[in-house]
Amino acid sequence: MNAQNLPLWLDITVSLLVLAGAGIAFLGSLGLLRLKTYFERVHAPAIIATMACWCVMHATLLYFSVVGEGLAVHALLIALFVAITVPVTNVFLMRAALFRARRMGHKVPPNLSRAGSDEAREL
Amino acid sequence: MTPSMLSWALPGALFLIVAAMVLCLVRLLKGPAAQDRVLALDCLYLNGMLLMLVLGIYYGSVHYFEAAMLIALLGFASSTAMAKFLLRGEVIE
Repeated sequence: MNAQNLPLWLDITVSLLVLAGAGIAFLGSLGLLRLKTYFERVHAPAIIATMACWCVMHATLLYFSVVGEGLAVHALLIALFVAITVPVTNVFLMRAALFRARRMGHKVPPNLSRAGSDEAREL
Repeated sequence: MTPSMLSWALPGALFLIVAAMVLCLVRLLKGPAAQDRVLALDCLYLNGMLLMLVLGIYYGSVHYFEAAMLIALLGFASSTAMAKFLLRGEVIE
């Protein structure tokens, strides 16, 4: 590791951002483990995709912009990609969980679009 | 020369992310339904991506960025595929 002659402000900022991101990732995973039902559990990892990812991304961007040559915006690409794709996955998972809960006869809210898509007609 | 703050913050962050991955793994192994396991896998790949980014800062190398990008891409594709598989209703026990 070659972080010996960094300016102090970069040292402190990158450390705080990385620690914040890792701590938030730990909290999100702890929520995934501790919460009781699936529909509570699905909320916990969202903080990893938003706060933790953006904290670590800003740390990476700042570090490589100062240490490397030029502005290192490639880390922004990952954060944008995650911000676009994680809601898609979560909506799919929620619909799958609702579908399966209705099939198994659990007490969940009824389907509102009965004459809509394929999944609605299957119910 | 004073020891830099990054020299203990980065191993601490790596330890926290690995602990988070262990928590996801516990949920993956004991999740009562299939959607719990898929959600845990989703969380696991996000944590792995963060681990790659922090490792990139730790070793001062930009090559870890490509690994993180690859994990994000494959994780999205696999999570969507598994969620779609659950949505078709072929794995009702």
